Amino acid sequence: MTLSPRNTLSLSRADRQLAAVLRLCALLAVVVVLLILLFLFGESWPILSHVPVWRFLSDDSWHPGQALYDMSPMLTATVLSSAGALLLAVPLGIASALFSSYYASPGLAAVYRRLIELLAGIPSVVYGFWGLTTLAPLLGQWHPPGVSLLSATLVLALMVLPTVALTAEAALLAVPQHYYRCAAALGLSRWSSLVGVVLPAARTGIIAGALLAAARAIGETMAVLMVAGNVVQMPHSLFDSVRTLTANIALEMAYAMGDHRAALFVSGLALMVLVLALVGLADAYKGQAAHD
Amino acid sequence: MNPFLLDSELPADPNSAEAQQNAYTLGPIQAGPACCEPTPLISVEALSLSYAGKPALSDISLDIYQGCITALIGPSGCGKTSFLSALNRLTDLIPGCRVSGRIHYKSRDIHATGQDVQGLRRDIGMIFQKPTPFPLSIRRNIELPLREHGMRHAADLEQRVQQVLQDVGLWAEVKDRLDAPAQALSGGQQQRLCIARALALQPKVLLMDEPCSALDPLSSGVVEDLIQSLRGRYTVVIVTHNLAQARRIANYAGFFWVGEQAGCLVEFGRCRQIFETPRHELTAAYVNGARG
Amino acid sequence: MINAHLRKALSKQTWQPAIRDWLKNTLATGLINLTALVVSGLFVWLLSDVVLHGLPKLSWGFVFDAPRNAGRAGGIAPIIVSTSWILLVAIAAAAPLGLATAVLLTEFTRPASRFGRCVEASVGVLAGVPSIVFGLFGNAFFCVYLKLGFSILSGGLTLACMVLPILIHTAVEGLRAAPDEYRQAAAALGMSRSAALLHLLIPAAAPALLAGLLLGIGRAGAETAALIFTSGYVDRMPGSWLDSGRALSVHIYDLSMNVAGGDANAYASALVLIVLLLTINSLAMALTQHWLHKKMIRL
Repeated sequence: MTLSPRNTLSLSRADRQLAAVLRLCALLAVVVVLLILLFLFGESWPILSHVPVWRFLSDDSWHPGQALYDMSPMLTATVLSSAGALLLAVPLGIASALFSSYYASPGLAAVYRRLIELLAGIPSVVYGFWGLTTLAPLLGQWHPPGVSLLSATLVLALMVLPTVALTAEAALLAVPQHYYRCAAALGLSRWSSLVGVVLPAARTGIIAGALLAAARAIGETMAVLMVAGNVVQMPHSLFDSVRTLTANIALEMAYAMGDHRAALFVSGLALMVLVLALVGLADAYKGQAAHD
Repeated sequence: MNPFLLDSELPADPNSAEAQQNAYTLGPIQAGPACCEPTPLISVEALSLSYAGKPALSDISLDIYQGCITALIGPSGCGKTSFLSALNRLTDLIPGCRVSGRIHYKSRDIHATGQDVQGLRRDIGMIFQKPTPFPLSIRRNIELPLREHGMRHAADLEQRVQQVLQDVGLWAEVKDRLDAPAQALSGGQQQRLCIARALALQPKVLLMDEPCSALDPLSSGVVEDLIQSLRGRYTVVIVTHNLAQARRIANYAGFFWVGEQAGCLVEFGRCRQIFETPRHELTAAYVNGARG
Repeated sequence: MINAHLRKALSKQTWQPAIRDWLKNTLATGLINLTALVVSGLFVWLLSDVVLHGLPKLSWGFVFDAPRNAGRAGGIAPIIVSTSWILLVAIAAAAPLGLATAVLLTEFTRPASRFGRCVEASVGVLAGVPSIVFGLFGNAFFCVYLKLGFSILSGGLTLACMVLPILIHTAVEGLRAAPDEYRQAAAALGMSRSAALLHLLIPAAAPALLAGLLLGIGRAGAETAALIFTSGYVDRMPGSWLDSGRALSVHIYDLSMNVAGGDANAYASALVLIVLLLTINSLAMALTQHWLHKKMIRL
């Protein structure tokens, strides 16, 4: 008796040669990831080997020249600006998605969708530039200095809004049409149908989109670098200038040496772990959505 | 002389009066001797098949006789198509599919490791339920597999294309637009093109998976006539849900049924015997339309 | 599931007076329409701001001149050349790799195989890495370890790592959408997988592959943070791959943050960048839409 082996693809010789070449290429993609991890660790090691991890949060200040490595103000700025951006972008993004999938006429919806897609394609440096030249002076008139946690939050919100809107819309489109029709046939109003039936059905996809948006906000560099003011301090109000982790790397990499450079790589490593955790969570949610 | 060599391999004048007359019926393939010999060409012994651990077929043993048309009948989901795919190892394409047992063809076990699968599939062609023309021209559809199997000369290709198109009665309909896209043909024409494409490789066996069920009655009739005309030159195994059709064209018939866990073969024999004096009461009920 | 939600929604409905429900519905409709209006307004504001400030500066001279006085005057010719070179390096490195990986994932591995899962997980990780981390990695690996220095090659290769997941993802989607019948019919005719791929599957997926390529170019062209420490700041015309070259996005950043009085030229550069990227992205979207439309008709 012969058993066909589980993984035969019945490849011819030419196919097997091609498969070998392809494997090599795909292996390179794996190698890139490993190299990224390796180099982040490798470059961080000089400082991680003699400075305990908790000192990155509990030192008196961020003065790498004097071996003081307190990153907590930067971490706070990153978390606050991202959280604020999400707080604004998630409701607006969901409303946008509802508009184009359930409220607007088909023609208007297509135009609006295209607009959101274009918004997603605008480079972050342009958002930052616009924030710096237009938004920040405007805020500055109201409450100087203008470049602040608030302006960073607003620009970030605008930047991640398309991410939320597009993923939420995809999740809404994946909800079978008959759910809505069924609810409408039972006499529910449009809003009740959406809140009661459609949005819960699209829940997992929307949450996954919000997590991706969070990852994007935390990892964003240019826009916040240009509008946050870049003062290393614990923010006490929305109008304080702050410096995020990413901006710190961008600002100091140019001249950092030795332990200072290693400290920047440590913050890069921390960012990567944070972002990957969010992306992993989003993937898990998406997987759950696929199973529902 | 190789009995499987087509008569029309000999140069034929496509413009002769006879060819013109035959244009709307079938090509010169009809001239072949109608030999249906009771010598087994394929012997299946204790074939079992499972998808990801779920059994689909259990313990099938039967012989496919040379030059005959063997019809496989039975309700949907009893594994007829799986059985057909196992005969030319298309089961290899399905993830998680496991085949055990033996299938002898030309005194080789085709599921043994190290078999020339492409050669096997060239010998044992397959026609699918849905016509599957490639998105290429009519001519390229037939030439592509031929080139792949090493036929390079333009004259040879040209001749083979014309000959198989005549064999399936398509020549007169398409000879002026061989370079038109194949997907512009009607359903019946597409199916005949697929049969021509398989015939071009000069197979010994043709496996047909409900070749008429996606066609309208008229096209279905033309394809059925074509299958009739293949008897003797080719060994045909056809899965069909149309009992009248099976009765009209088949020499042998096998009746499949969904057993306790997996599909099984209830009865196999001469077509007349299966339809007129079935031994098994399930067969009797099914062919008389009482069950299934 | 739908039943549970419906029952809940219905039970709420019976408790609410019809007038309150009507009010809520109307309010929600108003708010959602308002959101759409505000978002569109922001988009128009941002775009018109850049266009109004950038257009007066824009001319053929601006595109073909070298920057003078740290970019306050002159044009952006060397910057456009550097940007093109960086993008070319990135795509030349990433496109073959991306296609090969996608083909391997869709055609040559079982979905459950360990190697396939490993590659897919790596691509997922790569897609999540923040761009500044790519910058750190590119600096440490390409510039320092491989001794390529601040150069177009370093920048391009860093961007290649960054756009690789986009290319792989779109190519995988495109190939997965190619009809399975082609694979079966080709196999039943005894054709090799390579032949089926070359003659049937890749042509069938071609619009998706092209759209992915354009998206990759768009993403790479928009990138700044990964380039600052890899391809550098030098705004001269690059002589070779190993010269430092300033990308358009870096130019905008530098003019607005580090050069007092550079705003006018920064606006014009931003306008050029936006027009380029919007064109590329629109092309990609049009291609995808056209492709989907064709597929719907075929089905």
